[in-house]
Amino acid sequence: MNIVKTLLKSVREFKKLSIITPLIIIAEVILEMFLPFITGRLIDEGVEVGNMQMIIRYGVILFVMALLSLAAGAGAAITGAKASTGFAKNLRRDMYHKVQDYSFANIDKFSTSSLVTRLTTDVTNVQNAYQIVLRMAVRSPIMLVFALIMSFSVNPRVAWVFLLAIPILGTCLPLLLTRAHPIFKRIFRRYDKLNLVVQENLRGIRVVKSFVREGHEKEKFDDISESIYQDFSKAEKIMAFTGPLMSFCIYLIIILVSWLSAKFIIGGTMTTGDLTTLISYAGNILMGLMFISVSIMMMVISRPSMERITEILTEEPTIKDPENPVTAVKDGSVSFKNVTLMYSRKAEKPVLDNISIDIASGETVGIIGGTGSSKSSLVQLIPRLYDVIEGSVQVGGVDVRDYHIETLRNEVAMVLQKNVLFSGTIKENLRWGNEHATDEELVRVCKLAQADGFIQSFPDGYDTYIEQGGANVSGGQKQRLCIARALLKKPKILILDDSTSAVDTRTDALIRKAMLEEIPNTTKIIIAQRTSSVQDADKIIVLDEGRVSAVGSHEELLKTSAIYQEVYYSQNREEAFGSAEE
Amino acid sequence: MQKNKNRPPRGRGSFGASDKKGTAKRLLAYITRDHLGRFLIVVACIILAAFTSIYGSMFLMDLIDVYIKPLIGTENPVLRELVNALSILAVVYAVGIVSNLLYARIMAVISQRILRDIRQQMFFHMQDIPVGYFDSHTFGNVMSFYTNDTDTLRQMLGQSVPSFISSVINVIAIFCSMLTLSWHMTIVVVVMVFIIFMLTKFMGGKSGRYFYKQQVSIGKTNGFIEEMINGQKVVKVFCHEEQTKADFDKLNEELFQNASKANQLANALMPIMANVGNLQYILIAVVGGALAVGGVGGITLGAIVSFLQLSRSFSMPVNQLSMQINYIVMALAGAERIFSLIDEKEEVDEGKVTLVNAREENGAIVEAESRTGMWAWKQPDGKGGCTYTKLAGDVRFKNVNFSYVKGKQVLHDISLYAKPGQKIAFVGATGAGKTTITNLINRFYDVDEGQIVYDGIDVRHIKKDDLRRSLGIVLQDVNLFTGTVMDNIRYGRLDATDEECIEAAKKANAHGFITMLPDGYNTMLEGDGSGLSQGQRQLLSIARVAVADPPVMILDEATSSIDTRTEAIVQDGMDKLMQGRTVFVIAHRLSTIRNSNSIMVMDQGRIIERGDHDELIEQRGKYYQLYTGAFELE
Repeated sequence: MNIVKTLLKSVREFKKLSIITPLIIIAEVILEMFLPFITGRLIDEGVEVGNMQMIIRYGVILFVMALLSLAAGAGAAITGAKASTGFAKNLRRDMYHKVQDYSFANIDKFSTSSLVTRLTTDVTNVQNAYQIVLRMAVRSPIMLVFALIMSFSVNPRVAWVFLLAIPILGTCLPLLLTRAHPIFKRIFRRYDKLNLVVQENLRGIRVVKSFVREGHEKEKFDDISESIYQDFSKAEKIMAFTGPLMSFCIYLIIILVSWLSAKFIIGGTMTTGDLTTLISYAGNILMGLMFISVSIMMMVISRPSMERITEILTEEPTIKDPENPVTAVKDGSVSFKNVTLMYSRKAEKPVLDNISIDIASGETVGIIGGTGSSKSSLVQLIPRLYDVIEGSVQVGGVDVRDYHIETLRNEVAMVLQKNVLFSGTIKENLRWGNEHATDEELVRVCKLAQADGFIQSFPDGYDTYIEQGGANVSGGQKQRLCIARALLKKPKILILDDSTSAVDTRTDALIRKAMLEEIPNTTKIIIAQRTSSVQDADKIIVLDEGRVSAVGSHEELLKTSAIYQEVYYSQNREEAFGSAEE
Repeated sequence: MQKNKNRPPRGRGSFGASDKKGTAKRLLAYITRDHLGRFLIVVACIILAAFTSIYGSMFLMDLIDVYIKPLIGTENPVLRELVNALSILAVVYAVGIVSNLLYARIMAVISQRILRDIRQQMFFHMQDIPVGYFDSHTFGNVMSFYTNDTDTLRQMLGQSVPSFISSVINVIAIFCSMLTLSWHMTIVVVVMVFIIFMLTKFMGGKSGRYFYKQQVSIGKTNGFIEEMINGQKVVKVFCHEEQTKADFDKLNEELFQNASKANQLANALMPIMANVGNLQYILIAVVGGALAVGGVGGITLGAIVSFLQLSRSFSMPVNQLSMQINYIVMALAGAERIFSLIDEKEEVDEGKVTLVNAREENGAIVEAESRTGMWAWKQPDGKGGCTYTKLAGDVRFKNVNFSYVKGKQVLHDISLYAKPGQKIAFVGATGAGKTTITNLINRFYDVDEGQIVYDGIDVRHIKKDDLRRSLGIVLQDVNLFTGTVMDNIRYGRLDATDEECIEAAKKANAHGFITMLPDGYNTMLEGDGSGLSQGQRQLLSIARVAVADPPVMILDEATSSIDTRTEAIVQDGMDKLMQGRTVFVIAHRLSTIRNSNSIMVMDQGRIIERGDHDELIEQRGKYYQLYTGAFELE
């Protein structure tokens, strides 16, 4: 199957170990299988006839064999562990690297939480399955076959008894497994539900308590907990048959072997050594059968994980570098020419519908529009985070699809709406914008973004450690750090996607003023909720349901655009006082 | 619900931080209290099963020495005795199989029941402990009680305990049988088993260390993956792909090294033990053979064969024991954590005043059977009778001091009043104590000093459930539950009809978007309603309060994470709801609180300014600065 084929491509440097492991295991099994055979000889030729020399001779042979088998067993354990954990390492690496090549559209397709599970839990599952395949899948059948061959060579007239175990276990074990498996699957789903109830309860404990819904929650929990109990005991009661079933087979074999062997030994056609040998092999055969069923079970369980990993590895990035890319951006002009965008071919309505806009290099442009008016979608086309369906987007007079992606994105800095800081110091976070920036440069951009003040107020200043997701700075501080980080790129075009929503109006104004004065040649595109954030822009674009509703200066739009008026007056009735102060 | 019946005795008094013995005793109490009879059957069955398997091994000796050897070379051998012996063996085996099956099945039920009871106890108890517990324990921490800790407990009860008992019995019985056969050979076995035991311990300890390292590595790598994948779009915007690849490769390599070592040792354990077992087998064969040839200790050929069989079954339970002890210790640690939750003190509630439906008859308030829309506080007067006070929504704070942690006072001398129908707003930076005030009104926490009075009654005298029923809360972070939209609205009042829920949704301006959902009110919400926008989720939580129809409402940053255009809709829904009710509002955007009767500006646990909007603007104080944007909230 191509799932397996795709996954096996990641074995690479661990291929040798993956082949050696089963080979060593075969050697181990063969050695182990000869042990009972030789012990039988020791009893017959040594103990039975009172020959001490023979006892010692066979003893030494056995000893050496056991040592070799030990070495082989330990060796296989080492190579097997290396091969499987190495395989897992490569899988993780391949997936992670692949995800780095994904476009926004690819990332949207998988949710982030599912990407994380695939990179973590699923890889572990596959690693375990691989290890079992390397070690057990070879070992068990060989052990089984060898034990059978050996026992037949010892005495075929008794050995046939062993064959009885095969149909018994062969039918009963799968029967038990197939009956228990669906219950176990159901249990896992129920467990998810139970965890969900606990999770929601924990997260919403204040809601639960303020609505006095403790009793209701208890009932919900009780239902699921009870059904888990019912199912789990049902499943375990079924699985409880495996032990007795194995015992039944081995006991049946011992009784039959004893009876037959007794007859043959008394008849003189068999030795007592043969008897002990056969009973030892009986154990091996049963173990072999048991391990085979466990291996199959493991592989069945890991199958969904394998599929999920393959999905990641075979996903084609939707945005790639062109063949002969342009590697320099001339200036910061942007033009949209009849642009239409849909996220899915099946969507009824386009996200952006036939948009044409020209923005000159160095201009400041504001974009205003309600939720769902596709403001973010529009600006995300500029650094080519998505590709248009129709029309074209040009930066510096060149279609964005003709640029080397890295060149383009280095010249177009974008502060995303849902922005993230990473765990690390403020300096480290800022240097995402430019690895080689000096400390002075960091301070300069932070002053521009009005971030220097609060950074200096931290005891550790620029070396303050930011917790994961920026949990230890306020929303407004986070936004200003993100702006500073983008500024550090010294881009030709700077896009702020609602990046100052948590910043107070005064600081917001200071940031805009600083940008106007300090980086006058950079094209600035600002998406905002507040009209005050865009009213001094060179032009303001009003978007409505994926179309350009109006373009013009603040004063023009106040006269002509109904939407702009609505937004402006709804904010300025409430904030009349605030605006008057500015 | 049978919750009391299944509740084993609480650990009394001295239940220290780490008390494995106490924990084990307490776990045992679950077995002996509710399942003693069954458990005794289990133990009996385990013993029976152990003895049958030993009998089987011993039989091999008799088979060779008694039933086969004497007959060798005889003409027309009589096999009747052999048939009899084999029949007895078959019966013994059958008993063994049946008891094996029996104990496995009974133990499955016992362990699952105990787990169910513990789970239930844990969750039920969790509903009854104060909110403070959840503020001081992380979410992941509490979740792990239900996942990891319960899981190890399941393994221990279901597998480790029976296998432990069976191992102990086997070890003792087999040891005795071996001694009766030959003490010479027994010494060989004991020495070998000792070696195996030490090997297991050594390797187990070593691999344990690597497993710990592996766990740390996994934690680091997973944390990195999570953080980076969550910020993947930022990575792309900054062309940081190569950098994160390099960082990831480093972590990945480290994980590989640790995982590889941990697995190598763990994997090697099995073949090494098996082969040391083989060595023992060989040694016994040689020693036994030599003894038999030399005629020492009266060892027969049959005895050797039996002994070989026994020695095999001896090393297995010894290995089992050393492995199970590890599991049991791990599970006990988990059980200890679970018990610590169960032992957490419940919310104290000595309130006697209850909330009842009421109607007015001849100017006096009397209790009503069904919902009348009017409520009254029912106060026992201490003489067997009751007095009724109409629920009006008058809330007063009198010189309230409060601290979450002793010595770190959060509220200082707070006094304020809200008359029925008034809107009181709180403004201030994070940590100023706004949310704390609301936590005190519904008694998530109790005041240290001072008093909160509700309709003339100290809130500590009101039964908590009834107090909370009279208060509606809308929080900034909306918590929805898995279920339909209708279920979520009905969470406010479980006996509300569909019509009442829809009515409430209309009042909260939520009806419009709900009807646009794929299945309208029957749309399933999953994952905390993640398919809905922030604004829609907030509208639902307002509808939820609307259906509960409480006389007093608390709005804690209810519109903070909503954009201004949506806020207008949400605000409108809330305004409708607030009419005629006493409302406490904590707001981020000052525009939402302008029309409050009184605005409290808070700073570091004190009210520093109070008055209505116009008065505060007039004062040109902190509120004025906030309002003009000279200060940043948060």
